[in-house]
Amino acid sequence: MIALAVGALLWVIVAVLVIIAAAKGGSVVETGLREGALDFLRLTPRVAIGVVGSGYVAAALPPEILGHVLGPNSGIVGTAIAALAGTLTPGGPVVGFSIGVAALKSGAGAPQVIAYTTAWALFAIQRVISYEVIAMPAKIVWLRVVVSIPVPFLAALGATLIGKP
Amino acid sequence: MARLKRKPFDWSTAVITVCMVAAAIVVYLRDGSARFAAVFYNDASIFIDILPKMAAGCMIGVFSTLLIPREVVARWVGAESGFAGLLIATFAGAVMPGGPVTVYPVAGAFLAVGADVGAALAFVTSWTLLGYARALVWELPFFGPDFVLWRMAIAPLFPIFVGFFGRLVAQLLMSRGVRP
Repeated sequence: MIALAVGALLWVIVAVLVIIAAAKGGSVVETGLREGALDFLRLTPRVAIGVVGSGYVAAALPPEILGHVLGPNSGIVGTAIAALAGTLTPGGPVVGFSIGVAALKSGAGAPQVIAYTTAWALFAIQRVISYEVIAMPAKIVWLRVVVSIPVPFLAALGATLIGKP
Repeated sequence: MARLKRKPFDWSTAVITVCMVAAAIVVYLRDGSARFAAVFYNDASIFIDILPKMAAGCMIGVFSTLLIPREVVARWVGAESGFAGLLIATFAGAVMPGGPVTVYPVAGAFLAVGADVGAALAFVTSWTLLGYARALVWELPFFGPDFVLWRMAIAPLFPIFVGFFGRLVAQLLMSRGVRP
């Protein structure tokens, strides 16, 4: 339901932009539709490979292992393993969040799971390669990844300091 | 308008294709053809589901850069936008709807018309960590409100951090002659 609303909201934004473009006159609408469609055609085959393929990568990996090495007392080593695991987790939100929850349920500490989901959200290598590098200049993408490396550790530290969740 | 040029085939697509074909072979040999087909149908339906969102993302990226004048982009999130540019980009990333198929084309389009590297990094980082769409649709049902709220309480500083240091590193690299 919410997913449907987000999809609808996106097209409402597109409609508003097209109306503004039409009001400006000239060839703005035509140029926009053509370039937007070209971008879409360029991205589609790569995303198809990424989405369909990531399901197989996720199915090939055993998720249960994570919980054991990421306990609440695993400290910075556990946090580092969690961040690395997040980086290597393929697939969409279903995969990342289900592994996170599975790890939490099988005894992983909350800071470690926060490091895991943060690393996965920031620079899951499969998403970086199949979505981000194809849509943005590669050098800027890798700059973002390198600068983001401390963030999962800072997030875990923050969670440890406030003692939550 | 300076659009990003892409080759029809590139190394990153090649690498990811090889990894995925290998994983698909493992699943087929280990788990059998029924499991192989189930994974395929599941992911094909996800792909069909994201196509309209991806199309919308491409349209939003192109139209917003056509409609917002270059000078405005430069003033708000350009090289001289400073700390305020990072705050604006962080806010924009948090309210940006959609998934990776939406947000990266928008960031790429803004970079092409003169947005600052730091601002683009803050935008993408903010979307990944604070984006309400993903939190509502995915994270909340899986983890529950307690976990999500505390994770969100820690997160807002990070887009600023990444944008600030990204900008510093980019300036350092450019002063040593690395082209952006």
